[in-house]
Amino acid sequence: MSDMNSEAKQSSMEVFFNGLVKENPTFVLALGMCPTLAVTTSAINGLGMGLTTTAVLVLSNAIISLLRHIIPNRVRIPAFIVIVASFVTMVELLLEGFIPSLYSALGLYIPLIVVNCIILGRAESFASKNPVIPSIFDGLGMGLGFTVALTAIGAVRELLGAGEIFGVPVFNKVLGGISSLLGRSEPIEYVPISIFVLAPGAFFVLAALTALQNRVKRKMQEKGQNVDKIQSGCSSDCANCSDSGCARRFVDVDGAPGSVADAKKS
Amino acid sequence: MLKVSSNPHIRSKDTTSRIMQYVVIALLPATVFGVFNFGLHALLLVLVTVAATVLTEYIYDRCMKKKISIGDFSAVVTGLLLALNLPPKAPLWIGVIGGVFAIIVVKMLFGGLGQNFMNPALGARCFLLISFTSIMTNFDCDAYTGATPLAAIKSGEGAPELLNMIIGRTAGTIGETSMIALLIGAVFLLVMKVIDLRVPASYILSFVVFILLFSGRGLDINYILSQLAGGGLMLGAFFMATDYVTRPITKNGQYVFGIFLGIMTGIFRIFGPSAEGVSYAIILGNLLVPLIERVTKPTAFGKKLRSSKTPKDGV
Repeated sequence: MSDMNSEAKQSSMEVFFNGLVKENPTFVLALGMCPTLAVTTSAINGLGMGLTTTAVLVLSNAIISLLRHIIPNRVRIPAFIVIVASFVTMVELLLEGFIPSLYSALGLYIPLIVVNCIILGRAESFASKNPVIPSIFDGLGMGLGFTVALTAIGAVRELLGAGEIFGVPVFNKVLGGISSLLGRSEPIEYVPISIFVLAPGAFFVLAALTALQNRVKRKMQEKGQNVDKIQSGCSSDCANCSDSGCARRFVDVDGAPGSVADAKKS
Repeated sequence: MLKVSSNPHIRSKDTTSRIMQYVVIALLPATVFGVFNFGLHALLLVLVTVAATVLTEYIYDRCMKKKISIGDFSAVVTGLLLALNLPPKAPLWIGVIGGVFAIIVVKMLFGGLGQNFMNPALGARCFLLISFTSIMTNFDCDAYTGATPLAAIKSGEGAPELLNMIIGRTAGTIGETSMIALLIGAVFLLVMKVIDLRVPASYILSFVVFILLFSGRGLDINYILSQLAGGGLMLGAFFMATDYVTRPITKNGQYVFGIFLGIMTGIFRIFGPSAEGVSYAIILGNLLVPLIERVTKPTAFGKKLRSSKTPKDGV
């Protein structure tokens, strides 16, 4: 099928930046919201979660891409899950062994990476239809896009909710400097807005950053840069999609356009 | 929502503005009493909070290139209500943060006055309450130390003199303590037909019934009166639950809304860990308003006959 060939022609860098910016899994695709909202209480947690997911995503994309001609279409989802789950188990044991602090901070959300819709979504829509090298770059781009988003959300929440970034008390240092300049004996202290490290804060920050991202995107569009997503074959956002392309992928009929079996035929 | 009068006459176009001005006037007795009760810092806090809401709305309108909407006085009402919900000794920046949150997050991001899904002042109060719990629940000031009447009742210390509670000489937020001052304002609003009794009466009555049934004190008049006079019930019932934007439009819906608020306030006060529950009850009720309106949509004339036999019209 032609769409596989056209996708294979994309340069690896293009695929990489697609995931990082144009098709950012968090701010554009709104995938993987469960870990996004739950673990981003601090920048380091966001970074840890993002990198863990990236590792799993790159490995599972590579393996699924390798096996894409072997996996029967009807059982592809269980097959993907088995592959993803084995990598998650490995990563979980590695984290527990080597970075126990991060392991305990992320807790339940590490095993839940198995059902993270970014990983399954990329397996379904990219890795199962593309050669290994682009799939690895797709996993890397998507994973780093997720990492950047989670770290950004975590940083804003930590900054407002605890006055720190990566554990450095930024506000208190600045305020301390100001108050010593003013000659005050007692430094002014930052009072943390603790709602931002609680659940509602995650929604506030996610919404604000998504809005900011949309604004940047619109500015880029006004300057004439192409910000359309490139590899999903979509021309506009999913909410207003008139194209049945990606909907058809999930119809479990052998030979349906865009399915694994169809890609195999070509 | 509109002032109904017998004679049709040309009214000025700034209806919203005038209604909001009436609300500000109605809140003045409570504000003045709060300042008299708690001292000059309370006045400063009120002024700063109102200035913060009005300025925020002005700056937001300017930045978003919208029509400047501060002339409708709704930002003043929001600021005043928020300030009356703050502890008297709260630092001034609390009022500023609350004002900015109320206007930008709760009101303007959803489309401005008329589109906000939640009472901005109460949304901001709950935001502050969760964010700065220790500041927002510290009611110590020069005149009074210790717990608010409701907290005292809850912990079993016993309420202050009932008369003091009705006059308002107790600890509490700036505007909630004086039942009398609030009732004066409420009567003014009722006389000016800015509000009606549907929401406040069903709210207060259902609350009384609830505590009669579940407080475990039976018909203890003293207890019931102190539950009515203490805390934010009067302020909430007459000034915040009656907000045109965030209460149901339908008449029956307003009764449902009031009863829901009464029950929720009772649950929060009696079974909850905190002594107070009016603000959470009202914002929860605000969220249910679209549902309540759907359920209580009045049947259009002529439709009743057909649907009476098969009551399935989606309600």
